[in-house]
Amino acid sequence: MLTYVLKRVLQSALVLLVVGLVAFSMFQFVGDPIDNMLGQERTDADIARLRAELGLDQPFPVQYYKFLENAVQGDFGVSYRQGRPVAEILVERAPATLELAAVSGFLAISIGIGLGVFTAIRKDGFLANAIMSISLIGVSLPTFLIGILLIYLFSVELGWLPAFGRGDVVKFGWWSTGLLTSTGLKAIILPAITLGLYQMTLIMRLVRSEMLEVLRQDYVRFARARGLKDRTVNFRHALKNTLVPVITVTGLQLGSIIAFAIITETVFQWPGVGLLFINAVQFVDIPVMAAYLMLISVMFVGINLIVDLLYFAIDPRLRTDGKGAH
Amino acid sequence: MTEKLLDIEGLSVHFPTRRKLFVAVNKANLTVEPGEIHGLVGESGAGKSTIGAAVMGLLERPGHIAEGTVSFKGEHINGRDADGMRALRGAKISMIFQDPLTSLNPLLTVGQQLVETIQFHLNLSEADSKKRAIELLDRVGIPMPDERINQYPHQFSGGMRQRVVIALALCSEPDVIIADEPTTALDVSIQAQILELIKELARERQTGVVLITHDMGVIADTTDKVTVMYQGEVVESGTTQQVLGAPAHEYTKSLIAAVPRPTLKVHRFPQLSYGGRQIEFHIDDLARNWDRPEPTKSGTLLKVDGLTKTFLQSGSIIPSRRKYFTAVDKVSFDIREGEVFGIVGESGSGKSTVARMIATLYQTNGGKIFFDDEEITQLKTAKDLETYRRQIQMIFQDPFSSLNPRMRVDEIIAEPVKHHKLLEGAAIQHRVDELLERVGLGSEAGRKYPHEFSGGQRQRISIARALATQPRFLICDEPTSALDVSIQAQILNILKDLQEHLGLTMLFISHDLPVVRQMCDRVGVMRQGQMVEVAETEALFAAPKETYTRELLSLMPKLEGLSTEGLEDEII
Amino acid sequence: MSDQTSTAPQSRLAKALDSDFFYSFRRSPVAVVSFIVVMLLVLSAVFAPLIAPYDPFDPGSLDLMNGFTAPMAPNDFTGDVFWLGTDDQGRDVFSTILYGMRVSLFVGLAAVSFAMILGITLGLVAGYVGGWVETLIMRAADVQLTFPSILVAMLIFGIAKGVIPIQHHDQMAIWVLIIAIGLSDWVQFARVVRGATLVEKDKEYVQAARMMGRGRGIIMLRHILPNVLSPVLVIATISLALAIIAEATLSFLGVGAPPTQPSLGTLIRIGQDFLFSGEWWIILFPSVTLLALALSVNLLGDWLRDALNPRLQ
Repeated sequence: MLTYVLKRVLQSALVLLVVGLVAFSMFQFVGDPIDNMLGQERTDADIARLRAELGLDQPFPVQYYKFLENAVQGDFGVSYRQGRPVAEILVERAPATLELAAVSGFLAISIGIGLGVFTAIRKDGFLANAIMSISLIGVSLPTFLIGILLIYLFSVELGWLPAFGRGDVVKFGWWSTGLLTSTGLKAIILPAITLGLYQMTLIMRLVRSEMLEVLRQDYVRFARARGLKDRTVNFRHALKNTLVPVITVTGLQLGSIIAFAIITETVFQWPGVGLLFINAVQFVDIPVMAAYLMLISVMFVGINLIVDLLYFAIDPRLRTDGKGAH
Repeated sequence: MTEKLLDIEGLSVHFPTRRKLFVAVNKANLTVEPGEIHGLVGESGAGKSTIGAAVMGLLERPGHIAEGTVSFKGEHINGRDADGMRALRGAKISMIFQDPLTSLNPLLTVGQQLVETIQFHLNLSEADSKKRAIELLDRVGIPMPDERINQYPHQFSGGMRQRVVIALALCSEPDVIIADEPTTALDVSIQAQILELIKELARERQTGVVLITHDMGVIADTTDKVTVMYQGEVVESGTTQQVLGAPAHEYTKSLIAAVPRPTLKVHRFPQLSYGGRQIEFHIDDLARNWDRPEPTKSGTLLKVDGLTKTFLQSGSIIPSRRKYFTAVDKVSFDIREGEVFGIVGESGSGKSTVARMIATLYQTNGGKIFFDDEEITQLKTAKDLETYRRQIQMIFQDPFSSLNPRMRVDEIIAEPVKHHKLLEGAAIQHRVDELLERVGLGSEAGRKYPHEFSGGQRQRISIARALATQPRFLICDEPTSALDVSIQAQILNILKDLQEHLGLTMLFISHDLPVVRQMCDRVGVMRQGQMVEVAETEALFAAPKETYTRELLSLMPKLEGLSTEGLEDEII
Repeated sequence: MSDQTSTAPQSRLAKALDSDFFYSFRRSPVAVVSFIVVMLLVLSAVFAPLIAPYDPFDPGSLDLMNGFTAPMAPNDFTGDVFWLGTDDQGRDVFSTILYGMRVSLFVGLAAVSFAMILGITLGLVAGYVGGWVETLIMRAADVQLTFPSILVAMLIFGIAKGVIPIQHHDQMAIWVLIIAIGLSDWVQFARVVRGATLVEKDKEYVQAARMMGRGRGIIMLRHILPNVLSPVLVIATISLALAIIAEATLSFLGVGAPPTQPSLGTLIRIGQDFLFSGEWWIILFPSVTLLALALSVNLLGDWLRDALNPRLQ
């Protein structure tokens, strides 16, 4: 067990190193920071001085090490566009994105798994078929269109909910939350639905197909042949076996929620890191892009690690090494 | 007359498909009395498993009972609603499935699955249920049941798992157990134990058992009565002794005649003549155009010396921490030109690994292979191996995976000819056509794809492919274990012809001792990677030297009660 | 002679029409309808220059006076009637949609083909060759899979924007999009092909070919590849829908097709500005087209998956 966890942690560290390399290469090859920092009137001496100052005259591995060292301490340099430290901007923006992701992730997982189980058990039922058809529309509708549609309906036509922004926020130290004010709560409804809908349909369809697969297995047929109640068969035997693949994909989907937040945040002008990132891409603001990449990968790697540990809790085949067999 | 537990009368099961109505079972009758084991035997597609599923109410859609009745203790049970069926299922009638690997939920402990079922059916408390579960495990012969009850299915071996499955089926103290091929996935030695357990339980609890199987040996050794099915119809039913000893129906007669006997050797198997399934093949005609190479000087075509194969069991970056598993351990034998050499053993004995090393599919980890006095294990490049590869061919176990489904049959057969550049242009097509004719498929078969053929036909395509390069040496790896007994007889006859008319030398790998006795001149017995004994076939069966060989032979179904009708002229 | 040659293909066609696959297609109205919709959309995109009443990229044909004309209503100043109305610059919305769909479909198809070729090759090699090659490819796939494809595409786009000189941005945008979406999508193909290859490689027909002494390349191309293609077909269809949506999303976010070469996503981005001021048609029609395209491709993929999965029969 311990070796397994250790192995996973090591792998995660490796992933982070690779991502770090990608982020660092962006600094190296995309645009010249000297260009960005010095104006038109510059001398060769200025350039040389700045290169030495920034350590750009050092060999590649040394620079990479420096970059990692700084990154670990949360120092990603200064945004080309805003002229402020990237870390500072990120801390300011992160709570908005995290709150949005958490709310829509919760929506997606709870409703998605529920509907998936329902549509699998009632495979040929009318309601189940209707839900499946609607879900395909959900998969085919780009997130931004859902957002625009919701804004049009609930903000423009009905005027019930705000079309953009985060509403009033309350500060707790560096964390700002919109979940404690009525305007903040109102403001998060539409973005959360927009962001969660796509993930929800994906999770639902996955749960359904995995569950149907499991329901075909011999041990489920055997459980039925023993006369066990449908409830027991469906939930105790089938659902639990469905969970392993579902957790994998759900983990990945949670990661995507943070990435898809970029789109939702753009549509709703939600002041989170996604909006920050998309602006950075448009203006080739490399430090912000690199920092966002690192931040996201830390989150993803964390989620994956949790997923791996959940496998352990669910699947006994991983816990025991098959002792006693033969 | 005792009370009938289960009474099936005029049962028909229909599967409507797009093109036609498929009648899986047609007006079948069957009765089971307490303590009786009733065998239900037939080849694939006979509808025997469908009867089991129909009784349990587990037919897969669109299958349904079209007519007839299923009664339990005099009460009609078909047509009951889902709840009614469930009350019966498990409680009064239990079922045991074929594959113990997939019959148990991998995420629940054996105890959890037992306790859940016992609690549900017998309304016992948790503690009492657990006590009962341990008793059951003990009864089905699982050592240390109070410890093993907390283990998960993957911690049990195949035979032990099937015991657990039986324990689960017994939880509710059922009156009838339907066992669908309960031992097919198991090794011979374990198979015998499980059948013995089922026999004991039936006597002891007066449980009626329907034993569905394709294996005449299982029927002969285990059942009291037997019902023979052919293409959905019951053709014959009666006591086992009577049906097997003096079959009345033509199908039963030819089926029984096709069963390889452990006690007598036949020259050729009688072909199944019922239902127009007889095929014509003419291997002797192939001999006319067959290039026979110079015979070897020593008379030994293949010599294997100290052959060893290890597989990596758990990998590690550090070489010293890697664990290896020795699949084949210093095996030596030689095969004389023109003889059929058999290797028998249970699964995991390494017999197929030996075949694969000879076939150059696996690298060896030690030892030498000589073919026609040339050391093959020294040849490294594909070019050096070319001549050897042309002279050896292999017939595989599974006819459904041994032919590329996306290639046309004539392409499949021509591929080795083209690869070795043996013929050109029209001559290739000519050879393909000839081969297809000789194995009894007709040259027009070449324009079809493998999925248009049955298992036996595919195995003949496989043989045609193997013959295309006019090899000297044929490796047969369990060539008939996936086939029905009547098809097996066909294929074995073809193989016998190959030896007789073309003078082919063969390595015949099998787990089936009666088949080995029919086919092989000499036999080697393998166990856990080692060659235990090598002897002339008749000598081995008459007087085995090693304990393990004796044990294997004693587990073999005796089939003594089987009728020998139709075999008289063939017995050697 | 001529008789014979004509019967052979005919019987093959008859065979195909009689196959279970085609039967399940005919029996599924959803599949038939979505197939027709896809064909209609693809054809009208291909023949856009012939169908479109106006060339929206010819400045000469534009009349600013025609701006903001509602659908099917004559323009206040010029009296021209446009089926689906015009945008702020007086461009015919119907024509821009036809041309926009061309861009969307081209990017989608090209990106999926790119991803497919890359994924199949790497998956086949990883599955058949094994060893460190497999480890390397699949680790790379795992790492990339941790990142949602849309993010990967955006990063590639961002990097490309930094690397390519600014005057070439618009010209290169389409190709950058194709590469970005293609590179973000190969993993699916590689994983599925590798999985199928692992299954196929142990099958006896592959062993028969190996025994013959057939080389790795021939075995992979001739024996394994044709047998792993049916799941690829399903993924390719679903990926096409995803690629079209991804392209639209990127263009909507302003990191995709440029306004000089607008795709459906670009049109929606432009239209969004006018939604709140009442010119609903500028955004509605491109959105509906995009939805119809993605939905019918998805429906086809969904049906294909069921039709090709023998266990569900």
